[in-house]
Amino acid sequence: MLITVSNWLLNAAFILYVISTIFFVVAVTGKRWSGRDPKEHERRFGGIAYTIAVLGFLAQAGYIVCRWIASGHSPTSNMFEFMAFFDFCIILAYLILYRIYRITALGAFVIPLGIIMLAYAYVFPKEVTPLIPALQSYWLHIHVTTAALGEGVLSVGFASGLMYLIRTVSQERATKSTRWLETVIAVVLMLIGFILMDSTYARLDQNTVFEMQQQQMDGAGQMKNVQVEYTLPAIVAPNGSTIIKEGPLTPIGEAPAWMEGKDAARKLNTMIWSVLSGLVLYGILRLILRKRIAAALQPSVSGIDPELLDEISYRAVAIGYPIFTLGALIFAMIWAEEAWGRFWGWDPKETWALIVWLFYSAYLHLRLSRGWIGTKSAWMSVIGFVIILITLVVVNLVIAGLHSYAGV
Amino acid sequence: MTRQMNKSNRTYVRIAILGVLLLALVFALYSSIVKDPNVVKAGNDAPNFSLPQLDGPAMKLSDLKGKAVVLNFWGTWCEPCKAEMPALQKQYDALKDKGLVVVGVNIGETPVAIQSFVKQYNVSFPILLDRDLQITKMYRIGPIPTTFFIDRDGEIEEIFIGQMNDAIISQKVANILE
Amino acid sequence: MDTRKCECGHTNPIGTMLCESCGKPVDFRDTHDAQQQAFPDMRYEGMARRSQTYSRTIIDRIWNFFSSVKVAIYLIVITLIAAAVGTIFPQQIYIPVPVPTEADVANFYADTYGKLGEVYYLLGFHNLYSSWWFVLLLVMIGTSLVICSLDRIIPLYKALSKPRVNQHRSFLTGQRLFGETSSEAAVDTEAFMTKAAEQLGKKGYRIYREGDSLMAEKARFSRWGPYINHIGLILFLLGVLARNIPGFHLDQFVWVREGQTVAVPETPYYVKNENYQTVYWDENEMAQNLDLQGKVIPKTYRTDAILYLNKNADLPGAEPDLVEIQKGPIVVNHPMVYEDLALYQSGVREMELGALNFVLIDSKAGNKALGNLKLDLYSPQTEQQIGNVKVRVIEYFPDFIMGTDGKPATKSNQPQNPMFALEISADNGTKEKLVYLQGGFISDTENPRYALDIKMPDLIDITGLMVRKDKAVPFIYFGAFIFMVGVVMGSYWQHRRIWVHREDQRILMAGHTNKNWFGIRREMEHVIKALEIPILIQEKGKS
Repeated sequence: MLITVSNWLLNAAFILYVISTIFFVVAVTGKRWSGRDPKEHERRFGGIAYTIAVLGFLAQAGYIVCRWIASGHSPTSNMFEFMAFFDFCIILAYLILYRIYRITALGAFVIPLGIIMLAYAYVFPKEVTPLIPALQSYWLHIHVTTAALGEGVLSVGFASGLMYLIRTVSQERATKSTRWLETVIAVVLMLIGFILMDSTYARLDQNTVFEMQQQQMDGAGQMKNVQVEYTLPAIVAPNGSTIIKEGPLTPIGEAPAWMEGKDAARKLNTMIWSVLSGLVLYGILRLILRKRIAAALQPSVSGIDPELLDEISYRAVAIGYPIFTLGALIFAMIWAEEAWGRFWGWDPKETWALIVWLFYSAYLHLRLSRGWIGTKSAWMSVIGFVIILITLVVVNLVIAGLHSYAGV
Repeated sequence: MTRQMNKSNRTYVRIAILGVLLLALVFALYSSIVKDPNVVKAGNDAPNFSLPQLDGPAMKLSDLKGKAVVLNFWGTWCEPCKAEMPALQKQYDALKDKGLVVVGVNIGETPVAIQSFVKQYNVSFPILLDRDLQITKMYRIGPIPTTFFIDRDGEIEEIFIGQMNDAIISQKVANILE
Repeated sequence: MDTRKCECGHTNPIGTMLCESCGKPVDFRDTHDAQQQAFPDMRYEGMARRSQTYSRTIIDRIWNFFSSVKVAIYLIVITLIAAAVGTIFPQQIYIPVPVPTEADVANFYADTYGKLGEVYYLLGFHNLYSSWWFVLLLVMIGTSLVICSLDRIIPLYKALSKPRVNQHRSFLTGQRLFGETSSEAAVDTEAFMTKAAEQLGKKGYRIYREGDSLMAEKARFSRWGPYINHIGLILFLLGVLARNIPGFHLDQFVWVREGQTVAVPETPYYVKNENYQTVYWDENEMAQNLDLQGKVIPKTYRTDAILYLNKNADLPGAEPDLVEIQKGPIVVNHPMVYEDLALYQSGVREMELGALNFVLIDSKAGNKALGNLKLDLYSPQTEQQIGNVKVRVIEYFPDFIMGTDGKPATKSNQPQNPMFALEISADNGTKEKLVYLQGGFISDTENPRYALDIKMPDLIDITGLMVRKDKAVPFIYFGAFIFMVGVVMGSYWQHRRIWVHREDQRILMAGHTNKNWFGIRREMEHVIKALEIPILIQEKGKS
């Protein structure tokens, strides 16, 4: 019952964020509509958008409370719950930074980022699962929530860094900067493409099933060939496998032999689909807009002082860095010491958290000592976010160590 | 004048700090290379222990001071251990009067299982039972057989991992008997 | 020449950016040219940093190398890349299958990851984080932390303890935030400054006055943040290094059968496994009905353990003299802790054969059951008396295999596939031999009198306990705590300074902060509004 309510609240939050985004877009793009006072227009629509975002945030807070009560543990115990919580932290960080800087366009970038993360969460199984012994510790709540909050604040740093780049990179002619900027946008589109593909095919039930040569003990103690099920149409089959249930596509090739592991080929297949669908989305957008995406986005941020965007980006990093350190490294170490008897073990997830930390340490030193502000700093915040995504997503799904959340 | 003093003072301070940091570096590198400081090495004294004999009272390694000791860690499931047993027995028979003791430490097996093995191979040197692997762990035994050649002063002369034959054993035994 | 002479006549040490006497930027032409943006760095208020001063001897050179932030950044980036490389394939300690020898390790990487894996192994990346060069990198970062901090802490202290109130005009105009009244303002300096001081005071500033100048300062302590967090990091790294001191760190593992008491390696302790239990989540306990397809989700891995102190621990292996010191459960996330020893639940082998159970049957007495025979697989009794019958174990192979020599042998010392040869002697002296293997019997007699009826064997759980001791951990946590204090001080507060200066009937106002320019600008504008003076604060675009 409570779980149903929590799911409704999360859906409501999702819809509210979408509506909020629409109002934000109207607020920043509608300024030049005829017969309007641009300032007044931005103030009014920005205000509405912000209010709706707050409502979405409250709905999501309600989801967290309900799910927490229903399950008896903080909703941070699997990939679905974590990504949804990450989105929550991004929105929270946005709300705080908006109160300080009051930039309407910030919402137009951050809220969609939150939506992508939430949509990504929906790709994973949504069931409330009981906690396995390793997760039964109050450090689960403390470590994961603090780490997610730090990452959320750093993500806002990315969003405003990206805004800075869109605002300042000259779109008059193609340069290295415009190409890289388009690449970043294309990568974001790949993530969206993956989410669209996966959620579509999950509903269509067009699975392809392969049987591999490797054997594994089943529940009854019998040795059986390992089966791999693809949700997405198969482009690459697992190495040395045979199809036992046809899907919508005949595989074009096989994954290379070194990609062993039960899920390696499926992950490769998913990766290929993500890249393809992202590129298709990008192509469609380019055709519609008839210019670079960043060029199309530029007018939405043209009225903002780039220095202020730089300042927000830096501020977000300065606020997020200590929280991240505390949550993702220090609390993590204390928990690891309690659960595994060693505070540090170079597990891939731990290592990547350290990499994020080292990267932002370099960011801060470059900024404070070497005067890397503006463009360089903005690029750093973009790369930082990519590293955060690697830590949160790629490490869990591809490298899988001790932090084995259920994966796609 | 004072400036000159300051300058040399500063150099000394810097040398001191860099020296401390260098020590830290050496210690860190040493620790990363020598992963296990408690490892039993040739040249060290063989750590003392006491274990029950297969048939007989507990035996202390220190009781064997003054004798040359061949300490052989083995198990009945280990083919090379079985293969070198006769050679060890032969050396023991030949040199026990000259002060050689061969001691076989069995790794975690039951007396019943060892008994039949000992009978089958005609082993007469003392066999010690390390039932819960305490001594095996203390001596950091990896692959077996592993054999420690201990001289009359209780110092480890050499550690041999793997199967030995007559020639190898007699050569190494000669070293510890002097 | 080690010194630089300022226009005012004062000589400053090399590296000085603002004259120690008059505050005028040294070697900085006082022009109002918009192109001229080379205003000195404000970090140490223009004081010389020691390392910049000389670089004559090799010691100075090494010192200067490590005191460079640029070098520190390179070290950070190299470490970052190296750390990432180490996650491409699992490190040796995370290899999922047992690899007893170095050759097995090499094979694992080659077989599992192909050519790339082979190269990975050859380059030593399978043990990257304990390799000498990675350790060297970490120590170099530590060195950089120490030297950078030492090198900057003194000039910073000097700079912060003697704030200059009366700054040179070119200093003020050079600030990122600057504004002045365009015309001569006929105001009473004293009254104006008092009013300004009052307004700034309301915003939480500390006020310093000197003649026609005023300086307001806020959150100076935040400037110490970076140094405090670096000290925290140094303490942290020292703590990590201290783990290598003999006796500071212990990392062992023991398997303990139910009912067994074993020595905890390298400690004077023994641990007994009284009972091990895995509890699974009951469906009624789950918040939501899950389609688990017959699988179960574990809830608890729990060993009920007793920790003993061996009073006879001086001689390893000797008959222990045990005193119970602690008793309780060991559960994942809740280790048993005694002084600095901790035992962690970290593995289990469940439902392992512990003992075989039989009933001895006498066929001559009408298949009468004579009694129970228990063969403990870990310590079988050599002889058991059942009624008038004596059962003797002649041979025991815990993990039976037919040897290459055609004789029975054992594959391991674990009772995976036990084989027993028994001798059953009746009271009249007749002897029969019986071999038990894989649930069946072979007898040496044609029509044996005695038979064994197989009963349910005893199944036991063997718990895996990790043994850890880490004396440096409190120290490491302390370092992390200091780091957090420093980083919060430095990030959540900003050192803000506002100068108000009256010169030639004009009022000049400048502001400086180490971060959050937006915030200080708002405060300056608020004060200007309250003072009702026509100053427009200009922000210089740095690039």
